[in-house]
Amino acid sequence: MYDPTVARLTYRALLGRRRALILGALPVLLIAISIAVRGLAGADDQTASDLLGGLALATMVPIIGVIAGTGAIGPEIDDGSVVYLLSKPVKRPTIIFTKLIVAIAVTMVFSALPTFIAGLILNGNGQQIAVAYTVAALVASIAYAAIFLLLGTVSRHAVVFGLVYALVWEALFGSLVSGARTLSVQQWALAVAQKVAGGDLVTSDVTLPTATVLLAVVTVLATWYAGQKLRSLTLAGEE
Amino acid sequence: MTTLQIDHVSRWFGNVVAVNDITMTIGPGVTGLLGPNGAGKSTLINMMGGFLAPSTGTVTLDGQQVWRNESIYQHIGIVPEREAMYDFLTGREFVVANAELHGLGAKAAQKALATVEMEYAQDRKIQTYSKGMRQRVKMASALVHNPSLLLLDEPFNGMDPRQRMQLMDLLRKMGDEGRTVLFSSHILEEVEQLAWHIEVVVAGRHAASGDFRKIRRLMTDRPHRYLVRSSDDRTLAAALIADPSTSGIEVDLAEGALHIQAVDFGRFTTLLPKVARDHGIRLLTVSPSDESLESVFSYLVAA
Repeated sequence: MYDPTVARLTYRALLGRRRALILGALPVLLIAISIAVRGLAGADDQTASDLLGGLALATMVPIIGVIAGTGAIGPEIDDGSVVYLLSKPVKRPTIIFTKLIVAIAVTMVFSALPTFIAGLILNGNGQQIAVAYTVAALVASIAYAAIFLLLGTVSRHAVVFGLVYALVWEALFGSLVSGARTLSVQQWALAVAQKVAGGDLVTSDVTLPTATVLLAVVTVLATWYAGQKLRSLTLAGEE
Repeated sequence: MTTLQIDHVSRWFGNVVAVNDITMTIGPGVTGLLGPNGAGKSTLINMMGGFLAPSTGTVTLDGQQVWRNESIYQHIGIVPEREAMYDFLTGREFVVANAELHGLGAKAAQKALATVEMEYAQDRKIQTYSKGMRQRVKMASALVHNPSLLLLDEPFNGMDPRQRMQLMDLLRKMGDEGRTVLFSSHILEEVEQLAWHIEVVVAGRHAASGDFRKIRRLMTDRPHRYLVRSSDDRTLAAALIADPSTSGIEVDLAEGALHIQAVDFGRFTTLLPKVARDHGIRLLTVSPSDESLESVFSYLVAA
């Protein structure tokens, strides 16, 4: 199911100079803001929770997910170089699964790790806030990577759609329409975080069992469907 | 023995028919797929390579379906027309990755790089390569698993004459070894130099098929039109029309030239200078006025 060569090519494409800079910019910003907040306001649990929930989980994780998920396959399909993967006796679902693993790993490293560091800076993991949001970021990384990998497989405008989903659906609708919150990766991840933190600082609109089932279903379905789409991917000629 | 069978294949995109009911069999040796730009060659090659589903009809390799059949790639090597190819890798890294995807190792990659004579630049990044170098590395990646069928889409585009000759030698060698090699081209001379067998596609249709010499004869035997300027157009016209190799001559006073329709190409080309010399006429311009590839192709379609 996992092909090390496909993984190597995907890592190198994802962590190429320009993309690595974009991937690195948000975590650096988060940590810089955390240092500033801690310096100005001191350690405060509520502030830490607000910043990690509002900036890290609601904004940074989905954006990193969009860049890593769509970037793991979209550019190859766009420029046609995916032909070198497709013209091999390698099962298409294997290609997708491998790329998913890479996208998850990259999203986790560039979003969950900085979330943890930021949490430590903000309040030294008081009330398990740093750990809770880190777990939420890890969980969300899996679902985002799967959703955006599928988007990268089916659409040439995956980045735009991905950002619209991440910023408009999750951030805007999520805060206005309660129904949208049930269908939000962010809320599912928060349900897991709520369980870890245990207190009242981290809350979700979705119960943990529902969140777990939805996370699993979305991840598996998106990955399966991406594999199917890649099996019948059409490479149109230049004519 | 590897035979690629295209059986009543059509492909349309929306309302546009790119390939229209084509049936052909590609056997061992070098086959040229000839046609003007936009004729449907790339669409056809994409279907042969399993990257595009035929709207109707089937493409099979020794009886096995090509579409949605990953295992078929053990036997197929593909050189796509598009340039993109993991530019951030070195040539060697790229070919090694292609070898690994076939379950092979660095040794197979090194052999393929040697075959295309790219060892000298194998440790440079692909983004620094010239067009010809890219083409050769693509070729190495297609050869790495020793395929019995090689599909090349416009492989000579952008190559300089020396690189072109090298690649032609290589393809000829592969054909001699009994592999099935199919390449597409819109340039008659390329196909002439390399292919044993030609398939001509025009406007999505299969226009001609067969031995190159036969098709060449069809092409040269077609009526030719010439524009001729001389020191005495009227005398020249009178002398030429007496010969059966010409079927019509128009004296174009405005242009000061003759438009000649020749029906016997070989005879006309020896007749013209002879008649001019015999009558003491100087030939100022002799130019074929319909030599464009499109006119050759449209003649073939009609034939």
